[in-house]
Amino acid sequence: MNNTPEHDAPMKPTASLPAKSRITLTVNGAAKPLEVAPWTTLLDALREYLELTGTKKGCDHGQCGACTVLVDGRRIISCLTLAIMKDGAEVTTVEGLVEGDALHPLQQAFVEHDAFQCGYCTPGQICSAVGLMTEGRAKTADDIRELMSGNLCRCGAYPNIVAAIEQVMHAGERGAGR
Amino acid sequence: MNTFSYTRAGDVATAVREVAADGAAKCIAGGTNLIDLMKENVERPSRLIDITRLPLAEIQPSADGGLRLGALVTNTDVAYDAQVERRYPLVSKAILAGASPQLRNMATVGGNLMQRTRCYYFYDTATPCNKRQPGTGCAAIDGFNRMHAILGPSAQCIAVHPSDMCVALAALEAVVRVTGPGGERAIPFAEFHRLPGDTPHLDTNLAADEIITAVDLPPKGFAAHYAYLKIRDRTSYAFALVSVAAALEMDGDTITEARLALGGVAHKPWRDRDAEARLKGQSATRDHFQRAANALLRDAKGFGHNNFKIELAQRAIGRALRQAAAGEEHP
Repeated sequence: MNNTPEHDAPMKPTASLPAKSRITLTVNGAAKPLEVAPWTTLLDALREYLELTGTKKGCDHGQCGACTVLVDGRRIISCLTLAIMKDGAEVTTVEGLVEGDALHPLQQAFVEHDAFQCGYCTPGQICSAVGLMTEGRAKTADDIRELMSGNLCRCGAYPNIVAAIEQVMHAGERGAGR
Repeated sequence: MNTFSYTRAGDVATAVREVAADGAAKCIAGGTNLIDLMKENVERPSRLIDITRLPLAEIQPSADGGLRLGALVTNTDVAYDAQVERRYPLVSKAILAGASPQLRNMATVGGNLMQRTRCYYFYDTATPCNKRQPGTGCAAIDGFNRMHAILGPSAQCIAVHPSDMCVALAALEAVVRVTGPGGERAIPFAEFHRLPGDTPHLDTNLAADEIITAVDLPPKGFAAHYAYLKIRDRTSYAFALVSVAAALEMDGDTITEARLALGGVAHKPWRDRDAEARLKGQSATRDHFQRAANALLRDAKGFGHNNFKIELAQRAIGRALRQAAAGEEHP
């Protein structure tokens, strides 16, 4: 139990709540002005304010990877990121991966390989895989397993997820060799 | 999460002034541990001081021939830095053994040092915890303590420090550079983290009005003979039950210098100069390694569920030293 005076103090009245701040995020290429409280996470800003519900809230504690998005090109955990700290940043969510009507190659590969069952972890898996490709550290299936370890899939679609990523990774290598 | 106010510091002096002015304020950078603890109501800061825009995100050579890691360099950028990979592969390997790529993209050098224990009772505000709330007791000593300390615990706290990177930094004898109202000071790595003793609520010797600005790696990187061995419940994305950073200098088959640091076993990365001294001048044999391991664990004490860690640590030390002596890459 929290017995210190500090913890017993009544909640501050609403009137004295710290003011919301105006920030601008560039989300999937479009500038999005927002008013956020200091404690609004990037995940909640995307889902609740911008209605981009592709990004999922799984554990909300940085353990499952369902909320993975790309910020300034790097994959991060949006549930442990405060929106206010990312003022001015470029955010890419799963909704921003399509190119016109065409699925992103990783989205297409996930469909082709049946790399999901319930689909809840899939947006995080795909954003994470996009980050993995950009980083360029994965060379083998084992590397993919290690570097995708921050994305859990409780349906256990891992073999197909690895296969989907491997296919796109090797297609990229062939493309580069042309 | 409690309500809090937010400010963004533009320079180190401002950040120090703001953290010194409010004892309940906290600095935030990667946020990977702090925001999680805030969601659990374990940390309840009055104010967050965003330090991510301070100019502390560089890796550069230091005057003594070592390498200076700015406090805000991400774990990813340290691990994959060409100079770190070449001169301090132990640091790269330890970082890449921890967390996940997403978290490593967020987490910083300074934040890694400041992360708090993952003791489940520390996280659970319904249970007593002397670290979270001094004087309430320790639920782990007679509770589920499989992950807890076997070295250097106290009657008040048996929590362990969760970092991998810090184990490597302890072995390399890195130096932590901090700035407070009175100016800069340097803290040897062994003196940065504390044992629990009667003050388990204090994890480090960083003063409340100081911030970390950099970590200095000394010139000697032990790049020819090193190993970071991490034993955990699953192959990836789990905290260490026991981890070992081993760094050797060899003259042929003779060990001329040995460093050993252990993670997952104590309230801080664990060094034992006596055990290391036993290796000096010895040949790199299984027998000598085992004697050093036995010496290091001579005062180890289990609390029931974690008794297995004592033998596990002895065997992990043996294996890490064999890998370091062989000087090969061991994935």
